[in-house]
Amino acid sequence: MSKHARRHEQKGGTVHRFIVLAAAAACLAVAFAAASSAGNTAAAGPQADVGKVIFFSNQLTQVSEVNQVRNTLLKGFNGDVDFIPTPVGQGQVFFNRVEAEARAGRGTISLLGALHGDYLVIQRYLRDLTPLANQLRNAGIPRDLMALGKLGTRRQYYIPWMQATYIMVANRRALQYLPRGADVNALTYGQYHQWAKNIADRTGQRRVAFPAGTNGLINRFFQGYLLPSFSGGVVTTFRSPGAVQGWKYMRSIWRYAHPQSLSYNFMQDPLQSGEVWVAWDHVARLVNALKARPQDYVAFPPPKGPKGRGYMPVLAGLAVPRTAPNAAGGQALIRWMTGKATQARTLGSVGFFPVRAARYSRQLGEGLLKMNTAVGKTQRSKDALKSLLPVGLGVEANNFNRIYTDTFVRIVVRGENIQRVLNDQAADLQEIMNKTGAPCWAPDPPSGRRPCRVR
Amino acid sequence: MATVAQPVTLGRRLRRWEGLPYALILPTVAYLGLFFAWPMVQAFELAFRIEGDWTLSPFRSMFNDTNFNQALTFTLLLVVVIVPLQFVLALVMALIANAKIRGRGLFLAIFILPLAISDLAAGLVWQTILTERGYLNTFLTKVGIIDQDYIWLDPTKPNNLLIAVVVAEIWRSTAFVMVIFLAGLQGIPHEYTEAAEVFGAGFFQRVRRIILPMLKPAIQVALLFRIIFAFEAFAVIIAITGRAKTTLATEAWRWQAEYFDSHIAAAYSALILVLSLVSAGLVLFLFRTPRAQMMR
Repeated sequence: MSKHARRHEQKGGTVHRFIVLAAAAACLAVAFAAASSAGNTAAAGPQADVGKVIFFSNQLTQVSEVNQVRNTLLKGFNGDVDFIPTPVGQGQVFFNRVEAEARAGRGTISLLGALHGDYLVIQRYLRDLTPLANQLRNAGIPRDLMALGKLGTRRQYYIPWMQATYIMVANRRALQYLPRGADVNALTYGQYHQWAKNIADRTGQRRVAFPAGTNGLINRFFQGYLLPSFSGGVVTTFRSPGAVQGWKYMRSIWRYAHPQSLSYNFMQDPLQSGEVWVAWDHVARLVNALKARPQDYVAFPPPKGPKGRGYMPVLAGLAVPRTAPNAAGGQALIRWMTGKATQARTLGSVGFFPVRAARYSRQLGEGLLKMNTAVGKTQRSKDALKSLLPVGLGVEANNFNRIYTDTFVRIVVRGENIQRVLNDQAADLQEIMNKTGAPCWAPDPPSGRRPCRVR
Repeated sequence: MATVAQPVTLGRRLRRWEGLPYALILPTVAYLGLFFAWPMVQAFELAFRIEGDWTLSPFRSMFNDTNFNQALTFTLLLVVVIVPLQFVLALVMALIANAKIRGRGLFLAIFILPLAISDLAAGLVWQTILTERGYLNTFLTKVGIIDQDYIWLDPTKPNNLLIAVVVAEIWRSTAFVMVIFLAGLQGIPHEYTEAAEVFGAGFFQRVRRIILPMLKPAIQVALLFRIIFAFEAFAVIIAITGRAKTTLATEAWRWQAEYFDSHIAAAYSALILVLSLVSAGLVLFLFRTPRAQMMR
C-alpha cells in the first residue's frame, strides 16, 4: 500500500468515526431537549438548565450596568446567558439587528430587552407571550403595566421588566428656603421658582440646577414635565400660549439656576459635591447621591403646572423574537428577571425600579427606598399627567430631541423672542412628524393614523 | 565571476533608473490615496450629494443651524488665541530643555507628560480642577485667598469659558510644538551660536538673529500641525463647556453621532477641511524657505 493510499484510508476512518459521534451527539441532544421541555412544563421553574440564551438589550448598556447584569442579575440563573447590550449612543443597532434576523428567517437572539415604544417598531417580529403572561398573573405585576405589553392588541408582545422615571432630589440644607406653606411633596412650578429665588437671594449662590450638558437629559424635562404641565401637550401645543408661558417660566427660573448647568450631565455628581442643592433628573442619574448619603437628601415628585403634574414614566419590557433559537430559554429568563429576588436586585444594582409591587427589604438601603417612595408618589398623585417617551420616530428620535434643546438654547440661553423661535422650530418639528408619519402619543390627543400635527 | 557581477550591475542599473524615486514613494502615495484622499473625496460627495442628486441643501442646513455662527467664531477665536501663545511657550520650553543646565532631563519629562494623555481625559481633568467645588477653589479657600467659591466655568461671563479652554488646550498640546522646536534646535550647529557668543552677542540677540531664522523650517512644520489641530479641537471643549460653547468639530460630531445626518456632518467637515487648507497654504507661503537654505 502506498503512503498516499494509507493516508486516504486513515482519513476515511476519521470521517466514519465523526459521523458515528455526531449521530450519538444528536441523539443525546434530542433526548436532552425532550427531557428539558418536559421539565419546564412540569416544574415551570428555572431549575433545569435551559441552555444558551442570547439576551440582546438596548437598556442597561453603560459599562457599569452591563457588569451588574452579568455579575448580579444573571447570577444563579441556570443557563448560559450571553448578555449583549447595544453600543452606547447607537440605539439604531437594536432595530437593525432584530430586523435583519427576522428577514433572514434565522436568528441568534432568544430574548430582547427594550422600552415600551421600541416594541411598537418591531412588533411584527415578536412572539405571542400570552401563555406566559397568564402564568405570571399572580406575580404581582400591576394589570395596567401588563396591559401595556399588549401594544393595544389582544396578544401579549412583551412582559414588563423594570421601570424608571424622573424625580427631584434636594439637599436637606435647601429645605429651610422653601417658600412658606409649600409642601415639598406637592410643589407647584410657582413654588419651585420661589424656592430657587429664595436660595439665590439669601445665600448669594445659585443652587438649583438642570442637566443641560451635552449628555444631559434636559430635553426630557421639556417633553415630559415643563411643556405638558404648562400646555397639556408636547407636539400639538408646541407654539400654543401655554407653551409660551412654559418657556417664559424657564427663562425666569434660569436666572436662579446654577450657571454650570450647561455642562451638567448626571445631577448626582454636583449634588454630591455640594455645588447643587436642588435638581431634577432621571432616577438612574441621581441614585449614587442617595445611595452614598441618604440622610443628606430628600427625594420628591416634580412640580405641578396649570395643566397638571406632567411626568414621564419609562417602562422596559422583555420579549422573545419569532426567530429565537431557544424560545423556552428566553421565557425561562423572563421568569427569572421578573422574579421577586431579581427585581429587588435590579433596584439595588442598576437603579431601575421593579414592576412587581412588593415590600422591598430595608436591606436595599434608605436612599433607594426614598427614591422608590418618590416614584410611587409621582405615579399615584391625583393630578399626574402621564407623558410617554416619543413613539414611532425611529432614527429621527434624536432630531426630535434637538428641536427641544435648540428651542431651549435660543430662548433661554440666548434670549431670543419666544414666539418667533417657537414658530421657526415648529416648522422643523412638523417636518420630522411628516417624514416619520408618527401619530400623536400621550398627552397629545390621538391623531389616528395620521402624523401628529403642530397646531 | 559572472555570478558576482550580475547583481552589482542590476543594482547599478536600478540606481541609474530615473523612475526610482517615484517607485520608492509609490507605497506612501498609495497609502495616502487609499486612506486619506479617497475618504476625503467621499466626504465631499456626501456633503454635496443626497441619494444621487447634487445639492447644496446640507450647506444650507449648516448655515441655518442654530449653533453655526457660534461654532465658527469660537473655532476661529481659539485658533487666533491659542496658536501664538503656544508658540512663545513652546519656544521657551524648548530652549530650557536644550540648554546645558542641570535637570533638563526632568524638565523634558515634565513638559512631555501631557502628550501621553488623551484630549478627553485632559478636558475632564481641567473640568474637575475648575468646577465650582473643584481643586482650584478648594486650594484657594485653604490658602485664604478667597472665602466664597468662584465659578470659573460660568458661561454667562463673557470670556471665562474661552480662558478655561485655552488653558487646557495649551497645557495639553504645547509639548507637541515643543518637541518639533527641540528637534529643530538640535539641528542648529553649535558653531553658529558659539561664534556669535565670541563676537559678544547676548542671549536675546542670539535667539533673534540666529536661532529663530534657523528654526524657520521647524516653525513652519509646527505651525502647520498646530493650526490644523486647532481647527479640530473637540473633546476638551465638550468636557469643559458642555453645551455652552461649540466648535465646528463638535457640531460635525453632533450631526453625525447624535442626529444621524451624515450630509450635514460632512458639510461641517468640508468647511473644516477648506479652512485648514487655506490656512496651511498661507503658512507655507509666509514661511517659504529659499531653496538655497533648504540645500544647506
